Amino acid sequence: MKSRSTPDTLFAVVALFFVTLSMLFLLLTLGSVLLDGWPRLDIGFLTGYPSRVATRAGLLPALVGSLALGVLVIVIAVPVGVASAIYLEEYAPRNWATKFIEFNMANLAAVPSIIFGLLGLQLFARYLGLGRGLLAGALTLCMLVLPVIIISSREAIRAVPRSIRDSSLALGASNLQTVWHQVLPVAFPGILTGSILALSRAIGETAPLVALGALTYVPFLPSGLLSEFTALPIQIFNWISRPQEAFHVNAAAGIAVLLVLLLTLNSAAIILRARLQRKLTL
Amino acid sequence: MVLSGAAYAKPPEPTEAEVHPEAELQPREYRAVVSARRRRRERVIEGLLFLSASGSVVTTALVIIILLEEALQFFRKVPLSTFLTDTQWTPLFYDKHYGILPLVAGTFLTSGIAMLVALPVGLAVAVYLSEFARPATRSIIKPLMELLAGIPTVVYGYIALLMVTPFLQRLLPDVAGFNALSAGIVMGLMILPLVVSLAEDALYGIPTSLRDAAYALGATRLQMVWRVLLPAAAGGISAAFILALSRAVGETMIVAIAAGQVPNLTLDPRNSVETMTAFIVQVSLGDTPHGTMEYRTIFAVGAALFALTSAMNALSLYLKGRFGRFGQ
Repeated sequence: MKSRSTPDTLFAVVALFFVTLSMLFLLLTLGSVLLDGWPRLDIGFLTGYPSRVATRAGLLPALVGSLALGVLVIVIAVPVGVASAIYLEEYAPRNWATKFIEFNMANLAAVPSIIFGLLGLQLFARYLGLGRGLLAGALTLCMLVLPVIIISSREAIRAVPRSIRDSSLALGASNLQTVWHQVLPVAFPGILTGSILALSRAIGETAPLVALGALTYVPFLPSGLLSEFTALPIQIFNWISRPQEAFHVNAAAGIAVLLVLLLTLNSAAIILRARLQRKLTL
Repeated sequence: MVLSGAAYAKPPEPTEAEVHPEAELQPREYRAVVSARRRRRERVIEGLLFLSASGSVVTTALVIIILLEEALQFFRKVPLSTFLTDTQWTPLFYDKHYGILPLVAGTFLTSGIAMLVALPVGLAVAVYLSEFARPATRSIIKPLMELLAGIPTVVYGYIALLMVTPFLQRLLPDVAGFNALSAGIVMGLMILPLVVSLAEDALYGIPTSLRDAAYALGATRLQMVWRVLLPAAAGGISAAFILALSRAVGETMIVAIAAGQVPNLTLDPRNSVETMTAFIVQVSLGDTPHGTMEYRTIFAVGAALFALTSAMNALSLYLKGRFGRFGQ
């Protein structure tokens, strides 16, 4: 319905103006960061170790740390998250217990990330004896992204047409067989997308790992699950915190690497989902 | 697609069974004809699935227990009244004061500025997307919003410290190197997608009949929004605002990088302040052995933070339920 009123068009213009303004701000600042960091990006930077000398400092331990954390989070959080989603969608009766579980999940999704770091510090690092290691960090991140995985998996499972379930059950399959052989394959693209988005969230997190005790100056590669580690955002944070301009350039380069990594992940999520969905539509 | 809103306490879409309860039985209400052995095995797996799902309850319980454990040790030495009313926070210095007010002031100063930036703009954009925009425009703006939401907070911290602060220093007098204003503005930008997403959801829930009624009475689109839509969605929108505030209060990196690490009880945003979250980072970066008072302070502050955000989240849920759909 086209509006003939001037205040209407004025409002639309103002709203669009705000949107463009924020986008422009983002574009300019991000572009500036990338421009600052670009000259610093070279093989030496990507394969080097942190150093007190800015021009010799490198990103390798941070990269390896982030990748290791990412793999661990996927391996731990996705099965648990999908299992929870399956239970909540396919098995849970609509009673107070289920409502309580869902309420808790919604609550956890809104808890500040640093609180999870404190949880990880006491529970994983101290009580479970995992120290400030990779596994403790990964578990902490898992607690953080689990609500995201569960919510997106639930939506994916919910989107599976009822007819598929019904026909499977009509052919004599049990609930579990229906879920495993029919529902999950159809819901897989959505689950995959959700997991990749959760992964990008985990890779970008700094606060919980800092609270856990991930060190900011780590001139070595992590050697095992209990080994101390650093991650990309933490290294960037460390470099930003230094007063020397040269370290800020390093930080900008680190940001460029981080953003490229996240962009790749998100694009992969979108592309994979499109291709898998095309394959599944009959 | 998992929008920024979905990660922050957005309730799931109603299932088909909830929308059409008169429809067929749920799968679990069938009694599938399977062998006893299979049934036993499946029971085990069901149990595992249930355990996974109840993890959220376990996690919440663990968070509360762990925070309380160390925080109570802290409060054995420092009375709650001192904690809440003393105006100095110097647990790491020789002369120790344990008043959380400076940290709370820092938190709310930065969050307040962020709200000033994000709420009006976010609501306007949400109304625009919901009522005014063409599908083509929507399909451009929504992904852009998601992009904004996906940027890691360290990047925002970098922007705040190394770009916004120098700019503000040229614009206004007496802007400190670390200040609440830069952090607040950038935090507002970071929260904007969340506000837009949540507010849009609130507006989406209002039935079209209300809109149509307004139009039928001759209202322009803006009049409909201002006099009918927003009052009807007031519950959902205020819930959205509180949730966004809760997110701002819990934000760590932007303020740790750009707002400062010196507690300061002030209302002047050009000053350096320390937030509750930044303090936790500050202590965590140092070498604080377990069992010391310093170690316990991060749990005391953490407990306060958790209590604060949980209260806000609960308030948000209450507002959504109470003044929920039609504001009637």
